[in-house]
Amino acid sequence: MPEGIKNKVAIIGMGCTKFGELWDKSAEDLMVDAFKEALEDAGIEKKDIQAAWQGNQFTEVNIGHSAIPLANALKLPYIPVTHVENLCASGTEALRGACYAIASGACDIALALGVEKVKDIGFGGLPRNNEDLMVLGTKGRVIFPNWVNPNPGMFAMMAIRYFERYGLSLEEGKETLAKISVKSHHNGSLNPKAHLRREITVENVLNAPMIASPLGLFDSCGVSDGSAAAILVRADMAKSFRPDPVYIKTLQVAAESGESLMYTDYDYTHVETTHRAATKAYQEAGIKNPREEISMMEVHDCFSITELVTYEDLMISPRGKAKEDIDAGFFELDGKIPCQPDGGLKCFGHPIGASGLRMLYEMYKQLQGKAEKRQIKNPRLGLTHNLGGQPPLSVCSVCVVGL
Amino acid sequence: MAVAAGIDCLKGADRAGVDGLYFASTTFPYRERESAAIVATALDLSPSIRTADFADSLKAGTGAIVSACDSVKAEGAKSILVCGSDSRLGKPGSSQEMAFGDGAAALLLGSNGVIASLEGWYSTSYDFSDYRRSEDDKFVRAAEDRFIREEGYARFIPEAILGLLRKYKLEAKDFAKVAYPCLNLRQHAAIGRRLGFQPEQVQEPLFTAIGESGAASPLVLLVAMLEEAKPGDNILLVGYGNGAEALFFKVTEEIEKVRDRERLKKSLALKRELTSYEKYLAFRGIIPLEVGVGGEVAPTQLPLTWRERKVILALYGSKCKRCGTPQYPPQRICVNPECGAVDEMEDYSFSDKRGVLFSYTADHVASSIDPPLLYGMIDFDGGGRFVFELTDCERDSLKVGMPVEMSLRRKYLDELRGIHGYFWKATPVRE
Repeated sequence: MPEGIKNKVAIIGMGCTKFGELWDKSAEDLMVDAFKEALEDAGIEKKDIQAAWQGNQFTEVNIGHSAIPLANALKLPYIPVTHVENLCASGTEALRGACYAIASGACDIALALGVEKVKDIGFGGLPRNNEDLMVLGTKGRVIFPNWVNPNPGMFAMMAIRYFERYGLSLEEGKETLAKISVKSHHNGSLNPKAHLRREITVENVLNAPMIASPLGLFDSCGVSDGSAAAILVRADMAKSFRPDPVYIKTLQVAAESGESLMYTDYDYTHVETTHRAATKAYQEAGIKNPREEISMMEVHDCFSITELVTYEDLMISPRGKAKEDIDAGFFELDGKIPCQPDGGLKCFGHPIGASGLRMLYEMYKQLQGKAEKRQIKNPRLGLTHNLGGQPPLSVCSVCVVGL
Repeated sequence: MAVAAGIDCLKGADRAGVDGLYFASTTFPYRERESAAIVATALDLSPSIRTADFADSLKAGTGAIVSACDSVKAEGAKSILVCGSDSRLGKPGSSQEMAFGDGAAALLLGSNGVIASLEGWYSTSYDFSDYRRSEDDKFVRAAEDRFIREEGYARFIPEAILGLLRKYKLEAKDFAKVAYPCLNLRQHAAIGRRLGFQPEQVQEPLFTAIGESGAASPLVLLVAMLEEAKPGDNILLVGYGNGAEALFFKVTEEIEKVRDRERLKKSLALKRELTSYEKYLAFRGIIPLEVGVGGEVAPTQLPLTWRERKVILALYGSKCKRCGTPQYPPQRICVNPECGAVDEMEDYSFSDKRGVLFSYTADHVASSIDPPLLYGMIDFDGGGRFVFELTDCERDSLKVGMPVEMSLRRKYLDELRGIHGYFWKATPVRE
């Protein structure tokens, strides 16, 4: 086990735009908005930034290739800027680039910024006909089903398997999933930056139109535009910028090797990459018992079933027992480990490149006691989790931050 | 359909021994690009074979059979697979729309293990305009039905049969069965009577069960006759179109060895009723459907589809020689995490493997002419797993563990670039 990056890097400033269908904002506007807030929060100047990472997936929809869009929008002064893309983990990949650069000593102050301007495509859902969604590249076009978007169906199949394996009837299963969405909508209603801010009921969820059976509209996250940014520094410098910096305890990524898709051992009731990334993350952070030690989480709830299996893959709930925790309110804002205190992807929508840093923003604010109506009592460790791709072909990031 | 018929025909046969494929149809997907080569690739036949499309006439079916026999007799080929398949389109509201039906059949012609030998034939050819389609016609145009009946069917079919009887010095009573088409059932019976055939000698033309299946029709009718035939029977098959072609077969003892002689009956029994005319119109591309921007077809990368032709059309994966794990699509490094062998793979075909449904969904946001799009993870018998579209089934009939088999279907039609994309879908095993 390598030494890792625990407590080597600190966050001293963050920014996050309102997420939503931001018809009047360009991607450049969003980048500037998130950056401006982060700079003010950190109390530094633009010229202090020595390197930057830009997380964005659908470059062809809006910003174009390379990292020049970030350098250009923010007028960064001839510093190294890198574009990273790793599906839904793109925002956290930007963070990882910045963390590793600082931990290595290559720079002292770095920016990680995620942005996605999806709504310019002019139709609902995510862009298609691009190789990003087809994880096997253009070959996927001819051998995968005629997807517009593979995600709803591929996650729906995990729900079918999960219900089958743990003996939940379709009604029981759907109701369990509904509670996850109801909880997130409650939290989102308290958050002025969320896209969807309406409370919903279990009945609303169960009666909503079908997306990919058994997942309905309220089992699925929205599609929105947004941006979030973090300014990172060497840990030993952090207190000179502010009294309450937040430290990176771990950041791990795991990508699927193909065995979940093509090898028949995979049970399709969990996501292997989450389990693997979490295992390594807990080792790096020195977490022995996540259920006792993690204070709060922002997980990748692209669909309700994703959040449910993530509880188990992160080893918070025992295998097959997530329902008991859900029924007991374990993940609610006043529960033992509040999950999605900001409303999650469910209420923020999912501007791909921005989501990972949006999650981090909530953990950062919570740790600093600045989460207003959503404030969790004395949080110590916050976990963020991103899952790109689909359960059998995914890439996962797990990050833990704390004071 | 031609591939499905070909697979059924070649079950238990030595595919490597097939050295030709002739394909008869009036409705090939391409004007220029050989369909026989597409079928041969899907059937995983050797590339060192002769392929040809027999097109443009309803007589193409018997034409392909006679040409294949010529090739075998001339020892230019040992065995040739003949596929006939048609999907003719009548204009909405026309009598052709009502009369036409899609169908396909395949025959393996050769000189060993012959179940029925082609003893002779008699052909005529006329430039008779009963049905036609010109360059841009989507629908078959037909002349007046009385004209087609009297000057077409009622003239050409007797002429070919009488010509054959004279040529080989035979009489109507020498035949156990005779099959010929005619859209009008009363006329169909009258032709037989006029030629001296007893009603029990005349093969039911399957119009009410299938419809007029075009170039496939004579092959389908031959299969129907062979399913009932006894060794020593003489059978007479007529292909109609721009004249007619009468073929005379003698059934041998080998017929008794044919596996499962109820394939046609079983296929007909598997029918599912499509009660929505709107769906029919949508499936046939007769009414334009909103597919949304997200449903637009991506460009087909021709170098990729060429390089991966066996992976796409013959559903080739790989099987690890070290650990025996089948995998799709083919991998160079074994996907089994305990193995990981590098470049120790052999070709492995999944197209003939059955499997079970491991999970499934009905996707309402996908673009489909028959929404919702059904697909699932298939676990193949013997190993291997991948995600495939599901077809020939209803959403509510899907169950984890349901047995499925693979079927080559049209995956997409790129009208903008003129590309027909074919790939395999899973269907419930129906027997």
